[in-house]
Amino acid sequence: MTDLIVEISKYLMTFLFALYTYECFSSFRGKLSDEKRQGIFRRQMFLMYLIHLDAYLAIYAVTDDIEMILFYIIQVAFVAITISCYRLIYGRSSGLLVNNMCMLLLLGFIMLTRLSIDKAYKQFGIAVGSMVITLVIPILIQKVKFLRRVPWLYAAIGILGLAVVFALGATSSGAKISIAVFGISIQPSEFIKILFVFFIACMLYEKTDFKRVCITTVLAAAHVLILVLSRDLGGALIFFITYLVMLYVATRKLFYFAGGILAGCIAAVVAYNLFAHVRVRVLAWQDPLSVIENEGYQISQSLFAIGTGGWFGMGLYQGMPEKIPVVEQDFMFSAIAEELGGIFAMCLLMVCVSCFLMFFNVAMQMKEQFYKLIALGLGTVYGFQVFLTVGGATKFIPSTGVTLPLVSYGGSSLLATMIVFAIAQGLYILRQDEGNLNEKKDGTKRRRTGTKRRKTGFDEEVEDFS
Amino acid sequence: MKKWKIFRKTGTARKKNTKNREFAVITYSFLGLFLCLMGYFGYFEQVKSEQFINNPYNKRQELFTQSVIRGEIYSADGVTLAETLTDDAGNETRKYPAGRIFAHVVGYSTHGRTGIEALANFSLLRSNIFYMEKAVSDLQGEKSPGDDVTTTLNYEIQLRAFDALGSYDGAVVVMEPETGKILAMVSKPDFDPNTIAQDWDELVSDESSSVLVNRATQGLYPPGSTFKIFTTLEYIHENPGYEDYSFYCDGEYTVGRKTIHCHGNKRHGQENLEDSFAESCNSSYASLGLTLDIDRFATLCEDMLFNTELPTTLEYSKSSFVLAPGDSESAVMETAIGQGKTLVTPFHMALVTSAIANDGVLMTPYVIDHVNDNEGNLVRLYQPKEYGMLLSENDAAILQQYMKAVVDEGTATKLKNDNYEVAGKTGSAEFSSSSDSTHSWFVGYAHKDGKPDIAVAIIVEDSGIGSEYAVPIAQEIFDEYYKEEE
Repeated sequence: MTDLIVEISKYLMTFLFALYTYECFSSFRGKLSDEKRQGIFRRQMFLMYLIHLDAYLAIYAVTDDIEMILFYIIQVAFVAITISCYRLIYGRSSGLLVNNMCMLLLLGFIMLTRLSIDKAYKQFGIAVGSMVITLVIPILIQKVKFLRRVPWLYAAIGILGLAVVFALGATSSGAKISIAVFGISIQPSEFIKILFVFFIACMLYEKTDFKRVCITTVLAAAHVLILVLSRDLGGALIFFITYLVMLYVATRKLFYFAGGILAGCIAAVVAYNLFAHVRVRVLAWQDPLSVIENEGYQISQSLFAIGTGGWFGMGLYQGMPEKIPVVEQDFMFSAIAEELGGIFAMCLLMVCVSCFLMFFNVAMQMKEQFYKLIALGLGTVYGFQVFLTVGGATKFIPSTGVTLPLVSYGGSSLLATMIVFAIAQGLYILRQDEGNLNEKKDGTKRRRTGTKRRKTGFDEEVEDFS
Repeated sequence: MKKWKIFRKTGTARKKNTKNREFAVITYSFLGLFLCLMGYFGYFEQVKSEQFINNPYNKRQELFTQSVIRGEIYSADGVTLAETLTDDAGNETRKYPAGRIFAHVVGYSTHGRTGIEALANFSLLRSNIFYMEKAVSDLQGEKSPGDDVTTTLNYEIQLRAFDALGSYDGAVVVMEPETGKILAMVSKPDFDPNTIAQDWDELVSDESSSVLVNRATQGLYPPGSTFKIFTTLEYIHENPGYEDYSFYCDGEYTVGRKTIHCHGNKRHGQENLEDSFAESCNSSYASLGLTLDIDRFATLCEDMLFNTELPTTLEYSKSSFVLAPGDSESAVMETAIGQGKTLVTPFHMALVTSAIANDGVLMTPYVIDHVNDNEGNLVRLYQPKEYGMLLSENDAAILQQYMKAVVDEGTATKLKNDNYEVAGKTGSAEFSSSSDSTHSWFVGYAHKDGKPDIAVAIIVEDSGIGSEYAVPIAQEIFDEYYKEEE
């Protein structure tokens, strides 16, 4: 009977999540009335609750533990309150971002419950705390004006923070990425990513003359270098790509972007020849089975998990995701692919892509360059991190050991990502206000702000994308 | 209103018509990356994963045993080599009807996994029956029948080789050079895979005979005179005028304090390179060995799969060639005649022989021919694959000629017959300085129009000279293989 429930819930979840993913992208369609859009988000919410219920039914069926039911109810309450808060406080927040944030959090809870209930509780606690903290961010981002005036502060905190980790950080699997503060292990680089984006936006939003670009580049390079020295290659790559993208959009010079990529490639070759740990990663990527007892073990286990799961997965508790070292942090994608199936994992990736597109959408429509760059930078950080972690888990690229935002276990990553989402919400709301202002400026008095308001908020270019 | 002014003042609000070209570049780059990633993910799930997860390190395979009855293993000629019987109470027993004959190559799955049972574990535990049927048996709580694996092994040849080896320890490998199909693989001492679980403690405690080791692929032996194949090849490479080689053999050859004897101190008299090879003249090879460039010799051997991985997923040992420049003359002389520290596996020798027979091209050896589902529908067919050139066509032709001479007028004349042509090389490898006894070797191949050639590598441990013990086994195998045509 238990098997039957797990089997059925597996197929049902795949189906529901595929629908959910479809709705994500259907919300991007250009000419949607406000009602229709709201309808999509309502359906998404409904699907989200169903998937969550479905998963916890299976979990309860297997564990037969009443605690699971309680935990489930608390989670539902948390999500309901979160969505209501955004509704009440920020009426014009992006439904897609709120839904996706909750959906990804719930998926994380589900998989963590299955993998390690203690970690699930901890993660849930952090999520609640983060939600409370980040709820004020959308207002702050609009009201606090000095944010754009303190580039040096951002850079100083960023470089100093990374340097402290480099000097004092604890080494885990070869990389120094975390530091213990009052007994709590935190990963400063997760937060410094955000500061880094603010720093570059500050530097480049007004002027992009050569001198300014040079100074910015030197300071950005300092961030990247410290990360490389700490052996946090994933982090270094994210900072590097984010900088290039922001520089390119700010200066509009393809030359910078192409040159940067080229320099990056050269640096990669040099690093490959200089550092053994880089070569090891590449070797484990090229042929993990040949070094399966050591370097290739993790990626091989990840691929075993994905491959054995197949398109429909083994069902919750039916696989062996715990065989993958640090599965809760770096290989959540593989664990999900194993037990919930390849189709589900593919949908998960697409949901992440829809978040990324939303960030870029916001960036494109912001009128003010500073905000534009912020949204762009954060979108890049998010998108590239998703790419690194999924690419690493599937052996598409060498594994760099970064987390899947919102899904993976880890307080710093969770809080930082929720800050990013909250900032994006703030900008989204701001953008709509800009749209409103435009309208008034144009002298058109429309009570019903629906379609038209949005339309003015959209550039032509944006509609092409959607 | 106020905000709008800010835009104007700072001048950063871009004109409405400005195209977001940069955004397009970045967004599409990212989307491109994500699409590639998804494409790769789909490709992995659909195509690559099956091969990848069939790995002994993948502990997840155990999960399948709960819902699938392990499939059957067949020989190429349709004999059941392994099957799972379920009694009324639902207990499963893995049966090996061919017992000891296929013990090592088919392996076992009741106490760990080896051989084909390990290699094809994943296929045997996969059920490719119709999806609805599987769903129905899932819901009824019944197990589905796993897929069946058909090997390239030929029951008749395996049986003949097994019998021919008799009570000797040793190994036989039979291959089809054109395709790389392994037709037979025998290793003795053997064990009964049906009772492996019961006999386990006894088998592993017996360290001296190491019954469980598949000597065909894992047994490391001194190659003896079969190594002259490599020495000859290196000499030919270094001496374009090799046809003018001449040596007078008086039964032994001495340099410094080291004397190399020909077998039985036989005087071979005046001989050229081909004669030396055919007669397996140790004196001649010790002498020409000293002229070789050791670095180049080592490179040649490495090209011929010494000290390297073999192209197989069977468990095997690496052959080793350790001679280095600066080693003593006696070491060089010994290595040249296949003694010294050189060690080979019979499987490696079979690959080299196959490559020679196949004009230099080595086909990747394989032992699983195809996988069927329980209803007989083909799930996967394994095709012959080229591994690469081990030696040039010209080199292969010379060695073919020399190996024919061994049969026509040399140490393996027993194999001369009217039915098929044979070429090969015998060997008698000394394995202990305290004993006169030798391992008896034969490597070679047979040809007859209308049927693919077959190559063999045979070692009979602690028996005597190659021509007396290994050669007759080769003859039995060739007779068996070519008998149908008669």
